Amino acid sequence: MSAATPRLHSLDPIGPGHRVTLGETLPLKLDCGLDLGPYQVAYTTYGRLNADKSNAILVCHALTGDQHVANTHPVTGKPGWWVSMVGPGKVIDTDRYFVICTNVLGGCMGSSGPAEIDPSSGKPYGLRFPVITIRDMVNAQAMLLDHLGIHQLFCVIGGSMGGMQVLQWAASYPERVFAAIPIATAAKHSAQNIAFHEVGRQAIYADPNWNKGDYFDHGVIPRNGLAVARMAAHITYLSEAALHRKFGRNLQNRERITYGFETEFQVESYLLHQGSTFVDRFDANSYLYITRAMDYFDLAAQAGGNLAAVFQGTKTRFCVVSFTSDWLFPTSENKEIVRALNAAAANVSFVEIETDKGHDAFLLDEPEMFRTLKGFLDGCAEVRGLNGSQT
Amino acid sequence: MNDRALTPPSQKSGGHKDIRRDLLLIAEMVAPKSRLLDVGCGDGALLEYLAREKDVDGRGIEIRQSGVNACVARGLSVIQGDADTDLPDYPDAAFDYVVLSLTLQATKNPRKVLHEMLRIGRRAIVSFPNFAYWPVRLQLLLGGRMPMTAALDDPWYDTQNIHLCTILDFDDLCARDGIVVEQRIAVDGKGNREGWKLQGNLANIFGAQAVYLLRRRGA
Repeated sequence: MSAATPRLHSLDPIGPGHRVTLGETLPLKLDCGLDLGPYQVAYTTYGRLNADKSNAILVCHALTGDQHVANTHPVTGKPGWWVSMVGPGKVIDTDRYFVICTNVLGGCMGSSGPAEIDPSSGKPYGLRFPVITIRDMVNAQAMLLDHLGIHQLFCVIGGSMGGMQVLQWAASYPERVFAAIPIATAAKHSAQNIAFHEVGRQAIYADPNWNKGDYFDHGVIPRNGLAVARMAAHITYLSEAALHRKFGRNLQNRERITYGFETEFQVESYLLHQGSTFVDRFDANSYLYITRAMDYFDLAAQAGGNLAAVFQGTKTRFCVVSFTSDWLFPTSENKEIVRALNAAAANVSFVEIETDKGHDAFLLDEPEMFRTLKGFLDGCAEVRGLNGSQT
Repeated sequence: MNDRALTPPSQKSGGHKDIRRDLLLIAEMVAPKSRLLDVGCGDGALLEYLAREKDVDGRGIEIRQSGVNACVARGLSVIQGDADTDLPDYPDAAFDYVVLSLTLQATKNPRKVLHEMLRIGRRAIVSFPNFAYWPVRLQLLLGGRMPMTAALDDPWYDTQNIHLCTILDFDDLCARDGIVVEQRIAVDGKGNREGWKLQGNLANIFGAQAVYLLRRRGA
């Protein structure tokens, strides 16, 4: 990622969208105690903001996502990561809603992060970038909304780490969130999930090219370490049933096993491919920072350990979604959110979608999820008075 | 709670404004503009009716995914769960009414469920099939086998009804546990509620099911 002076409306090589510099007068107060400012936020928008600015939907991306939610990805050339959900006539209908997606703080697609140039040294931050949290990401997004003059979001939606941001939004800015859709997420990162993240980080540290984060200085990147991190993580996004359905024990380009250590099984080849393509679009240090942000997430801890207290008095309408085969953010974790919302007498719906596709199901074609969310959004739009031309 | 399967097919649809007659009895007991939790809300017919006709702020709990999805897609606030496990999550007096329709007899711990309903709601509305209904008595007396009626339509090995009771049994439990019966409506197999046969203790013979409006003593 080359760091450049902030430009508007032209983000090459990080793709279409916008980038703003924020925090020039008032820095962002980070959870770690440091101030960050000025900082950049890269974002995309789709659709048109209505006259009273009441139809904005913020889409929050997951760990390895970015702002290219519904346009061709500038690096991979592939469709945006949520084109099944966001677009004209889709559940998040860009003919009807104004959709915003930001690259999270700490990311590597144009928002401030470890790959960007530290103005004080003229070199990439590396590990000198401050450690950030989910709340810091959300605060940065809130500053962007101030910049755009949008007071209240009609909806905040996201899966996995995106769901954590949704919950943080509802907790930090309840009056700015009319509806919230946290999908396949949790109010705190579990020990098991922290453990998986640590495996990924250790793989990066162990790559000799990592150079304690200063790999750009050496003209290298820790490809192998980041690829292994991605491979390990990718397994957690699937399910045993999905892996079996896709690959079984099928062999890769061979008739029989060869008693060696070349790529023998299709599932190995698939993972290697996942690892190597990921490295082309993601920064290793960003991976460290963002996994750390997820590990630190514990919403109840922000209210003395009582999750219901976080949502006390909220007027936001919630729709929580989980998937039966998701073992990374299982239904039990999602129900904990629902339980707290009930205890706070909040307006909450909850569905568990039956699927064998694991955690990644939220990114895939899940008609039941689409149907549920469309119904939920339509209901909210009616209450919010957004249905004028539709009904 | 696959509760509504207990309802006779003849009552499942049609009739008054698209909702079942037994649900209409419940709807009658609900004051306009109140807050209500429907436990075992099925596809949300009662919640939608109450929102439309009485401006009720309703929430639901339903165990089947298909039911929950149908509700949420209708714009209703419904969570997947069941009466036995999910009621303790709600704070005291969170609702004006908590409704449990034709489901009490299928819960693991009906007495606890009843008290939870009266904890989280100022009023509880409960309906159940009356096991002392005369055709039930006759079938057991003369046939010697587990009775099957329109309201009890599954064979003993398939039924979810594990805590069946009679109207008198339920009255006893209310009296014992300090629960005030504000209103009781018994209906016969045809859904009629008028007539001397459905009043007082005779309701325990001629009532196919009963709907109760309850509150805690002193509440």
